[in-house]
Amino acid sequence: MVVTNQLRNQHLLWRAGFGPKAEQVQFLASISQKELFSKLVKSSDKRPESIQVAKNSFDGIMKGFADAGKIQSLTQEQKQQMRKQSREELKNLNGRWMEEMVNAEDQLREKMSLFWHGHFASRNLNVFFQQQLLDIVRQNALGDFRTLLREVSKSAAMLAFLNNQQNRKQHPNENFAREVMELFTMGRGNYTENDIKEAARAFTGWGFDGGGQFVFRQQWHDDGQKTVLGKRGNFDGDDVLEILLDNKKTAQFITRKIYRFFVNDVPDEAVVNSLAEQFYKSGYDISRLMETIYSSDWFYDPKNIGNRIKSPVELLVGIRRMLPMAFNNPDVQLLFQRVLGQILFYPPNVAGWPGGKAWIDSSTLMFRLRVPQLLVGTDEVNINPKTDDDQQMGMGDMESPSKVKSRNAAAYKKLMDKFAGATVEWDVYLQNFTSTEKTKMIETLSQTLLQRQGLNKNLLLKYADISGRDNLVKSVTIELMSTPEYQLC
Amino acid sequence: MLIKRKQFLQLGSLATATMMVPKFLKAFEQRPANLVPPGNKVVVVIQLSGGNDGLNTVIPIRDDIYYRERPRLGIAKDKAVLLNDEVGLNPSLIAFKDFYNDGSLGILNNVGYPNPDRSHFRSMDIWQSASSSSDYVNTGWIGRYLDAQCSGCDKPTQALEVDDVLSLALKGEKSKGLAFRDPKRLYGTSQEKYFKEISAAHQPEEETVDYLYKTMAETISSADYIFTQSKMHPSSASYPATQLGQSLKTVASLIFSDINTSVYYLSLGSFDTHVNQQPQQERLFKELNDAMKAFVQDLKDNGRFNDTLVFTFSEFGRRVSQNASGGTDHGTANNMFLVSGGLKQKGLINPLPDLGDLSEGDLKYKIDFKSVYATILNRWLNANDQLVLGRQYDQLTFV
Repeated sequence: MVVTNQLRNQHLLWRAGFGPKAEQVQFLASISQKELFSKLVKSSDKRPESIQVAKNSFDGIMKGFADAGKIQSLTQEQKQQMRKQSREELKNLNGRWMEEMVNAEDQLREKMSLFWHGHFASRNLNVFFQQQLLDIVRQNALGDFRTLLREVSKSAAMLAFLNNQQNRKQHPNENFAREVMELFTMGRGNYTENDIKEAARAFTGWGFDGGGQFVFRQQWHDDGQKTVLGKRGNFDGDDVLEILLDNKKTAQFITRKIYRFFVNDVPDEAVVNSLAEQFYKSGYDISRLMETIYSSDWFYDPKNIGNRIKSPVELLVGIRRMLPMAFNNPDVQLLFQRVLGQILFYPPNVAGWPGGKAWIDSSTLMFRLRVPQLLVGTDEVNINPKTDDDQQMGMGDMESPSKVKSRNAAAYKKLMDKFAGATVEWDVYLQNFTSTEKTKMIETLSQTLLQRQGLNKNLLLKYADISGRDNLVKSVTIELMSTPEYQLC
Repeated sequence: MLIKRKQFLQLGSLATATMMVPKFLKAFEQRPANLVPPGNKVVVVIQLSGGNDGLNTVIPIRDDIYYRERPRLGIAKDKAVLLNDEVGLNPSLIAFKDFYNDGSLGILNNVGYPNPDRSHFRSMDIWQSASSSSDYVNTGWIGRYLDAQCSGCDKPTQALEVDDVLSLALKGEKSKGLAFRDPKRLYGTSQEKYFKEISAAHQPEEETVDYLYKTMAETISSADYIFTQSKMHPSSASYPATQLGQSLKTVASLIFSDINTSVYYLSLGSFDTHVNQQPQQERLFKELNDAMKAFVQDLKDNGRFNDTLVFTFSEFGRRVSQNASGGTDHGTANNMFLVSGGLKQKGLINPLPDLGDLSEGDLKYKIDFKSVYATILNRWLNANDQLVLGRQYDQLTFV
C-alpha cells in the first residue's frame, strides 16, 4: 500500500468523521493532516444545537401524565396509539440525526456521538427520552467521560431501559447496576456478583418523572452501609459511579473499545495501555484522548488503513457526503438501516452493535454492493426486512413487497415507487474532475473513493459508460462504490 | 440513465457451468463427505415471531381455569380441533389433526428457560443464540452447528434461511448460513457480471478485504449451487400462494435434490396479539396449516417424510388471562410442534400446563428449550450438541 498524503487525509476523515464530502476532494492531496485535524477540532468546538422532533401535541400527552402511575390507566388501544406516534417520531429523530451526520461541519462530534450511542445503548419507545439521551450524548461526546457517564445514568431513557424505576429498597432490581459495571465502565471479570448487589442498593431511588426529569425518591432509597469494590460507606448512586471511575479498569475498558472502533479491531496492547494511562490521568478527557490518537504516527500505519468495515450508518452517510442527494422518500434510509442490521435508536440490546465482521453475511454484503445502484435507480428494491415486534407489536408497518405483489399489481407498483431511490445532485462532485485527463480518470476516482487499491482497472473500464466525461465519472463512481473495497475505510 | 441497466445487469446464461460438466466428471468434482444424500436427516425450523399465544394453540379444553381467565378469548370445545377428550387445537389447524392421527405430530408443552425475558428482541436472541438470559451471545446455535460441521467446506449451504435477511440463529463464529427469498432471485442478484468479474479478479491481500471477497465468492458460488439444485428435482405439487406456502415449496424442492443442506429456517408472523387476537392468530395459523398440509404430503409422496423434522417455536408464550382489548400480553413458557414421519414420541409428549400453578399469572417452564436443541443436534443431526451449545443439556427422546 502506498501511503500518500491524500490517503492519510482520507483516512483521518473516514475515521474521525464520516468521510470526505464532495467539496473537500480537491484539497485532500495537498493539505497536511495537522491542518485538516485542526479544522475538524475547530468545527466541533461549539455546543451543538439540540435535535428535537417531538411534536407539541405529543409533548402534551407525555406531560399530561406527569405521574407514571397514570400511564397504566390508559387502555391498550390508547397505549398502542401513543406507541405508534412515538415510533413515527423516532423515525423522524433517526432521519434528523442522519442529516446532521451528513451535513454538519462538526464531524468529530457526530462520529464520537455515534460511538457513544452504541456504547450507551438503550431501547425506548418514548421518543422524548431518546431525544434527551441523544442530546446528552452529543453535548458531552467530546467532553469528559465522568460527566457523560453521570448524565446518561440519570437519563430517563437509561433508567427505564435498565429497569431502575423498579429498583427499590425492599425489592432491588440489579439490571441497572449490572449493565453500568459490565458494559458502561469496567467490563466483565472486574467485579463480583456481590458488588452488583451492593451497587444496586446504592442506585435505589434513582428514577424519573413523567416529563423525563431525574427524580431521587428518598423513600425508595436504601441508605444503609454498602461495600462496593472493596470500599465501604452508605453510598448513593453518584458515589458508586465515582468508585467505578476511580478504578483504572474503567479507563482501560473504554480506551480499548475506542481503539477497536476508531483504529483497529485488533488492539495493539502497548498502545492501548499507554492511551488508557493518559485517559485516566487526564480525568477522562475524551477530546485529549482522541487528539492523541489522531495525531499519532501509528494511526497512519498501513496496517490501520482501509481495513475497517463501515457500519451501515457510516456507509450510507459516507455515500451521501460524497454524492449529495434528495430522497423521493426518506424512509428508504430506514429500510436500508433495517436490512443492513443497524437502526439508530434500536440497538439489538444494551451491549450495542458488535460491529466488524458481524456486519457481513451473504445477504448484507450483496445488499451493500447494490446500495449505490438502488439509490440512483438502476436497480429495484425488492426486499422484505424482518419485522421487529418491539417496534411494531403485531402491526407491520412495512408490508412485504412480495405479499403486496401477490395481491395487487397496482399496489405493488405504488409501493415500489415509494422506494424509488434518490436524485443525485452531481454538479458539486463532478467539478472535482473537470481538469482530470480522461486516461487518468479511473485511477483518480479510485484514489478518491477507496482506501484500498486492489481492483482491476480494466474491469472498471469495461463496465463504464464512456459516452462523455460526465457519464464516465458517474458510471465509474457508482462502480467503485459497488465493491467490497468501498465497504472499508 | 446512469449505467445502461442491460450492461450492468447482464445475467449469466441460465445453463450454468456446473450443468455443462458430463456426469462422470461430476463425480470427481468434489463430492464432499458432508453431502446429504437421501436418507440423511433434515430439520425445518418454523419460527412463529411475536410471541404466539400457546394456550389458544394447544387448548386445554377440560381446564376450568382456562375458560375462567379467558371469558371472551377462550376457545370453546366445540370450536377447537379435538385431538382427544383432553386437548384441542386452534380451529385453523385442521391438518395437524391428521398429523396427530397418523402419529407424525408431537407436542412439547411448557418449553422455556430460567429468568424469562419479555422483550421480543431479547427473548428471540436468547432462543436463537441458545444463551442464558443474562448473557449476550453474538452467534446462533445453527451458526455454531455450521462452525462444527463446516471446516473447509467450499459450499457453506448446510443451513439456509428462506428470508431476505439472515437471522442471528444462523450466524456462527466462522461460518454463516445463507438467506434468500427465492433461489432464482438470489441467483439473478449474485450473478451480475460485474460482481462475478471483480470477485474472480481479486488477489488475496489483507485479512478484512479478503473476508469480504470470500463472502462474496461463497455467495456467488452458493447461489449458483442452490439454483441448480432447486431445478434438479423440483416439487410439482400444488402449494398455497402464501409466503410460507411458497417458501416450503422451495424447501421441498431443495430437499428432493442433492443439496447438502441439513437445516432450513423460516418464520411466520406477527403473532404479537395484544389487541384483537382471535382473527389474527387464526389467519396466521391457516397459513401455517395449509402450507404444512401441502409440504407434508409432498414429503410423503417423495419418500422424505421420515427424514424430515419440522418444529415450531416462539420467543415466548402469552399470559394466561386475557387483557381488556381482546388480546393477551407477553408471557413465558410455550408449546412447540414437532412434525415428522420419524418421531419416536407422538401426541402430547409431556403434560399440558398446570394453570393452577402459575408464576404471577404466567406459565412455569418445565423443559429448557436448549434440551430440545440438544436432542435434535445429537439424535437427529448426529452433531456434537455440547460443542454447539456450550454445555451439556438433558436429552429428550422424541427422536
